[in-house]
Amino acid sequence: MVKLIAQTACAGLLPKTIGSVTVTEVDAGQVTLIAPHKGQQKAVSAALKTSVGVGFPAPNRSVGTGPRTVWCGKEQALLIGAPCPSLAGAACVDHSDAWAIVQIDGADTVAVLARLTPIDLRANVFKRGHTARTLIGHMTGGITRLGAQSFEVMVMRSMAETLVHDLTQAAENIAARAQNAG
Amino acid sequence: MRLPCPICGERDRREFYYQGHAGLLDRPTRDADPQAWVDHVHFRDNPAGETRDLWHHEAGCGAWIVVTRNTVTHEVSGAVLAEKSK
Ligand SMILES: [Zn+2]
Repeated sequence: MVKLIAQTACAGLLPKTIGSVTVTEVDAGQVTLIAPHKGQQKAVSAALKTSVGVGFPAPNRSVGTGPRTVWCGKEQALLIGAPCPSLAGAACVDHSDAWAIVQIDGADTVAVLARLTPIDLRANVFKRGHTARTLIGHMTGGITRLGAQSFEVMVMRSMAETLVHDLTQAAENIAARAQNAG
Repeated sequence: MRLPCPICGERDRREFYYQGHAGLLDRPTRDADPQAWVDHVHFRDNPAGETRDLWHHEAGCGAWIVVTRNTVTHEVSGAVLAEKSK
């Protein structure tokens, strides 16, 4: 019997610390895309809340920190970090291992991300628990604020290396500017 | 240029794909007069002033939206989900 070795999307690429910013991979565990059928969102949310502890998120929001749900498009969300319960009113698709998810922390995190995405990341606009589907460089992905200087960025797994490359380059540029200024 | 997605809020134009005039939503019936189909497929007005266009929030929520803008002043005055625009 062949023994396959499970590898995360960013294996061998992360963690990295560049200037004031640290990039680490998030091993999300089980991930399921949930798309409630028409008119079923409330029922699906209630069922999720009962079995996983978090409901279906409003647009541009994420809910929970252990098992969590992250909005990821019109009438769609990802359930992360818990097995998907049986949901009669929704289409559920296994996305485990389908995403490259990284966490970025540090003083210059917003400055680094601002080089890659067109959305407004200022703390008074994009708060903790806010999430956005947007562009990250040339890729479509998701950005979620976890804390004052902490964000999660996710793209499809096939683009893991590009994501790390783009984040590294942006962080190096910001770090170089800080060094020159000092 | 920024477009007001009804789901995501005001977003950069780069996140959107442009499809064309919102009249594309008014598809003639299958047995309509051939001239109606010729008009639908080939002919567009070229208004000086307000017009409504279909955009896809491709790098965002994935919704099709109808954006109202002014071709003279470039003002973008609003947007609704295409599914609710009729
Ligand atoms: Zn949108």
